[in-house]
Parts: sequence; structure tokens; C-alpha cells
Amino acid sequence: MSANNDEIHHLLNQDYKQGFVTDVQSETFPAGLNEDIIAKLSKVKNEPAFMLDYRLKAFRHWQTMPSPDWAQLNIEPIDYQAISYYSAPKSKDNAPKSLDEVDPEILEAYKKLGIPLAEQEQLAGVAVDAVFDSVSVATTFKHKLQEVGVIFCPISEAIREHPELIKHYLSSVVPVGDNFFAALNSAVFTDGSFVYIPKGVRCPMELSTYFRINASNTGQFERTLIIADEGSYVSYLEGCSAPQRDENQLHAAVVELVALNDAHIKYSTVQNWYPGDKEGKGGIYNFVTKRADCRGENSKVSWTQVETGSAITWKYPSCVLTGNNSVGEFYSVAVTNNLQQADTGTKMIHIGKNTKSTIIAKGISAGKAQNTYRGLVKVIKNAENARNYTQCDSLLVGDQCGAHTFPYVEVKEPTAQIEHEATTSKISEDQLFFCQQRGLSAEDAVSMIVNGFCKQVFKELPMEFAVEAQALLGLSLEGSVG
Amino acid sequence: MLEIKELTVNVGTKEILKGLNLHVNAGEIHAIMGPNGAGKSTLSHVLSGKAGYEVTSGSVTYNGKDLLEMSAEIRAREGVFLAFQYPVEIAGVTNVYLLKAALNAIRKHKGLSEVDAMDFLTLVKSKTRALEMDEKFLYRAVNEGFSGGEKKRNEILQMAMLEPQLCILDETDSGLDIDALRIVADGVNALRAENRAFIMVTHYQRLLDYIKPDFVHVLADGKIVKSGGAELALELEEKGYGWLEQA
Repeated sequence: MSANNDEIHHLLNQDYKQGFVTDVQSETFPAGLNEDIIAKLSKVKNEPAFMLDYRLKAFRHWQTMPSPDWAQLNIEPIDYQAISYYSAPKSKDNAPKSLDEVDPEILEAYKKLGIPLAEQEQLAGVAVDAVFDSVSVATTFKHKLQEVGVIFCPISEAIREHPELIKHYLSSVVPVGDNFFAALNSAVFTDGSFVYIPKGVRCPMELSTYFRINASNTGQFERTLIIADEGSYVSYLEGCSAPQRDENQLHAAVVELVALNDAHIKYSTVQNWYPGDKEGKGGIYNFVTKRADCRGENSKVSWTQVETGSAITWKYPSCVLTGNNSVGEFYSVAVTNNLQQADTGTKMIHIGKNTKSTIIAKGISAGKAQNTYRGLVKVIKNAENARNYTQCDSLLVGDQCGAHTFPYVEVKEPTAQIEHEATTSKISEDQLFFCQQRGLSAEDAVSMIVNGFCKQVFKELPMEFAVEAQALLGLSLEGSVG
Repeated sequence: MLEIKELTVNVGTKEILKGLNLHVNAGEIHAIMGPNGAGKSTLSHVLSGKAGYEVTSGSVTYNGKDLLEMSAEIRAREGVFLAFQYPVEIAGVTNVYLLKAALNAIRKHKGLSEVDAMDFLTLVKSKTRALEMDEKFLYRAVNEGFSGGEKKRNEILQMAMLEPQLCILDETDSGLDIDALRIVADGVNALRAENRAFIMVTHYQRLLDYIKPDFVHVLADGKIVKSGGAELALELEEKGYGWLEQA
């Protein structure tokens, strides 16, 4: 391979910067999964009885389900009995009441990640819920949000304090038995964020959750539930990272969004779980079910994701367009390098009349990575005037990686209009040489070309996140045409 | 400015340049002509630092420095500019963004501060007008969906913006209709300066009707086999290259 190719390889092979381990005392359940463990989990979280029933029902259902194998992924069999389902930093009380009670080591860990919880509380206009292994350790700006009636708290707290909302909405978008990982999550989820925006309220700040896996041999099973009541608006951001470890760790989350009449939810993710090393050892298995129900008329949900981490990503943030005139959007950048694998995309289910959906998916594959877009656009009978526009673009960096596109379209309604565009391109040595001949370093050239490729998606991200995403993309790709 | 001595270059195991000599002073325009396969593009690529060429012997000195030691981007920042025969397309990256990034990379190398955004816009707009290009081109992705003539004009725009010292034009006339050729030639002529030199690599004499060279060299089988003034080009046009190769 030529000098240029070596250079690109070098650029893509930068180290994972969030791979440190925080030394905190934890209470961790022994590995294994059975009804006793689930009962213990429910007890330790002080949950009302209905939750234990819910969890056991999910567990029993999960036991009947086979692990899915339809994705374009090579997955080592997972031993679910070898994982611990609960790990929480020990603290005086079960849940810290204020930042002063949070273990300083944990605050330090978040500071290293660029999320100083203490300063955040005073300075930035972003409210943060920080989830460390199985529990939420701190939620900032809670009181300020309460003034306008917004509930933003750990979901375990919502289960205790707002059981009526939980009973009504939990699993109303992703049913317990929806899929293998959703069922597992329903049985064992430990924490996550809960958001409720009351009628007519425009949430005064960005809400954000930062997920951190720290303990080894544990899984993180978080659950997020966001309800936007009539005429409300919220923008929610999610970030993730994990220490560098040799063994794979499982992250199986479920996110449910409900948008009622005229409500708008904007959900942005920058996912940077540990991707494993260059030989493919270690890394997070990121198996996530994300779904939004645009339940109300004129409701709108926008998913924007930048997926750079994880050894394996299996994720399809979807919109069920139930309400008339509802709108679903999906903007995605998925980057895979080395031996990473991603099978990601979306589902847009058109049920109401005059519903619209837009899908812009950008896959970047480098090293020996495999990147798959899988999407479903479904228009049921009588979903009159449904419209969808899909654009899937793949960028290959080097000649040992792969890009795959599986668009499924099911239309039962003659008035539907569906458009699909797809391209595959490659960062060529000629492009690199051209940029270098104009004075740019190879590193800046790759970053410029990749950012150009992702522009349509980055412009959907909130400002601060867009900057972070661009930087992250540079890091993930350091080292790649081969 | 540029001194090429006994340059021998291999591509794979094949020897393409076989002891080439060339001396270029600031302010001069040299045309390199020759039959297909003589090594014209190889010369352009080796001078601009493209990978895949192995220099087996000889030297290239540029402004007193060893050019072959420099990476492609350092050569560019030192003032070597290649106008490509086949300009590449870069989706999603606007022309204006590329120009600014390139200009700043070069300024940084010279120890200058980044260009002021307003000054940059004023500059780039005036250069665009001079090349009879629509300002809209600035906000389109680099060369994406450009016609052959537009791509070549875009190369000249980059040259005008970056103000290089040594400009290498690789078959810039290929694929141009007569109007585009005139605009490109006007652009190049406007850039002629005391401190700037040009090497124009071309198969046809046509371009030389518009850009008058000081010297014409014939490259055949990896060497300069004949050098002369502008009149040599006309002779070549009349007789072809055959008589030189046999000599």
C-alpha cells in the first residue's frame, strides 16, 4: 500500500480517550439472572409491587425468546448468567440528595469526561442526569425545572414518585415482549432518565443524560421514558462512554418517547462506548431499542444520532406515526473502524393520515469494519398521503471495510409517496492528494472530507453537541484508508 | 527557482523518467510537450509529491531546498501548485471552505495569522469574478457536478487564491472548449509575475496560442530531447513528434 494509505491508517488509529477506570466502592450483585435476582433488584430500588410483577412478566417472556440472528453482525454467544445485573457506587444513602453527597471520585470521573456536574449546575444551561453503572448519581437543575412543571429525574425515582405516569406510559411504545433485548431490559433495567413536559411548556433548557459504565462484568440496562404532553417541546441529549476492558460488556437499553398533540421531541445521541482494541478484543455490545410514538396530531419526533463507539451496535431508533399530520425524522452518522460492527437504521411506521418521515443515514466504514444500514418504511392501509424521503450514503475509507444497505419498504396505501436515494463512495487517494497539494495535512483532509459527508446530519445537532461530534469523528477515524 | 538534475523515476519496476534535466527561473514560463507515455504526467506528479513514484537517482532543488525531501503538503505550503488534469470531486465540502482551509494552512506555514473572514470573502469574490465564474460556485461542493471547463476554471481560482511561486499545469487544456480555454488562459496570464514560474505540461500546441511560453521542451522516452523558444511548438505542430524520437 502506498504512503498515503499508511498515513490514513495512522490517522484512524488513535486511542480511546475515555477508557479510564474510576476507583469507587460498589455494591454489586453476584453474576447470574433468575427470579430471585429480579426480586432483589426491585427491592433494592424500593419499587412498588406493580414493578416487580412487570419485571417478572418480562423475564418469563424473555426466557421463551431466542436471541436474534437476523442482523448483519458476528456476535459471540453471550452468557447471560455470567453478567452482574446491578452495580452501584456505595453511598450513605441510596440516592444522593445533592451533589455534596456524591462520591468525589465519581464527580472527578465526570469531570474527566468533560461533564463537570458541580460547575454545570451553576454555569451551563444544560440540565444533566448522570448515570454511573446501574444508578443515577446526580441530576442537576432539578428545582429550576420543577418551577415550570418539568419532571426530569432518574427513572427509579419516577417509579416511586410518579407511579401513575409510569403505569400509563412505560412499555406503551416498546411492549415488554417486543424483542429479545427489550424483554431483557424490562426485566432488569436499573436506572435511566424520566422526563415529563407538561402541556404547553417549552422546556427552558436542553436536558441531557450521560451514561457511564465503570464496573467490570456488569451490564448496563437503562431505561429512558420521555413524555411530551400537548403542545410542549423538549430537546434531549444523550452521551455515553466506558473504560477500556478486554472482555465485552453488554449495554441493552430501551428508550421510549411519547409525543402527544402538537408536541415536539428532539432526541440527540452521541454514542462513544469503548469500541474494543484494534484486534477486536473487548468493547461494548450496544443493543438498544429506541422508539417514539407520535401519538398526537401534528406531533413530531426527530432522532439524531452520531454513533462512533461500541464493538457492536444494533440499534434502530424508530417512529410510529400514529397521529394525523405527525412527522418523524431520523438523522444518523455511524462510524465503524478496525473490527467494529454496526447494524443500524430506523423504522418509520405510517399509520395516521398526512404523515411525513425523513431518513438521512450516513455510514462511514474504515479499517476492517462492517457498517450496515437497515431501515423499514411501512405505510398501512388508509394512512392517506403518507410521504417518506430516504437517503442512505456510505463512505468507505480503505479497501478492507464493508458497507451494506437493506432498505425495506412496505406500502399498502396507494396515495403514499416514497423516495429512496442511496450512494456509496470512497475517500480516494486522489482526493487526499488533492487536499495535500493544496496545503492541508492528511489528517485535516480526512476530517474535512468526512465532515463534508456528514454535514446534513451534524446541522441537526444542538450546537455544543455538533462540535463534540465533529471532534469525536476525527478521533474515531484517526488511522484509516487501507 | 527550480533545478532538476538527472532525474530518474520508476513506477513499479518500470523506468519512466530516465535522467531528466530542467532549469526554471522565476518569471519564466516553460512548456513541456511530448507524445503520450513520454512521462509528462509523471514529471508533474513527482514535482508535486504524489505517492507511488520512486526516485532512483538525480535531484530536484527548489528555492535552494531539496524538494524531494518534502511531503506533498509542505511543498504546497512552500509554493508549489499543481493544477490537476482530472480535478477530484469532494461531496459536502464547499469550495469556499476548501479555499479558506488551504489558504490558512499556507499562511500558518509562513508564520502569518489566519485570514480575516471579511477580507477573505472580499478577496475570493473578486478572484471569482475575474475568472468569469458565478459566485454560486463558491458555495457548491468542490467540483461536484461541475462541467469539465468549470473544474479547470476552479483549479485556476485556487491558484489565484493561494498565490504559489511554482505553478505546474498538467494538461490544463484537455477537455476545454475554445471559450473555456480562453478564460483559463486569461487567468494564467493575469498571474504571470516576476517572482512566479510556470511549467505547462501539454500534448497540444493549442494552449500555447493563448499562453506564450518562454521555453518549449520536448519530453520523449523519459528525457528532454529538444529545447527551444516558442517557435519550437509550431514546428512540433507541423511535424509531429516522430522526427525527434528517431533522432
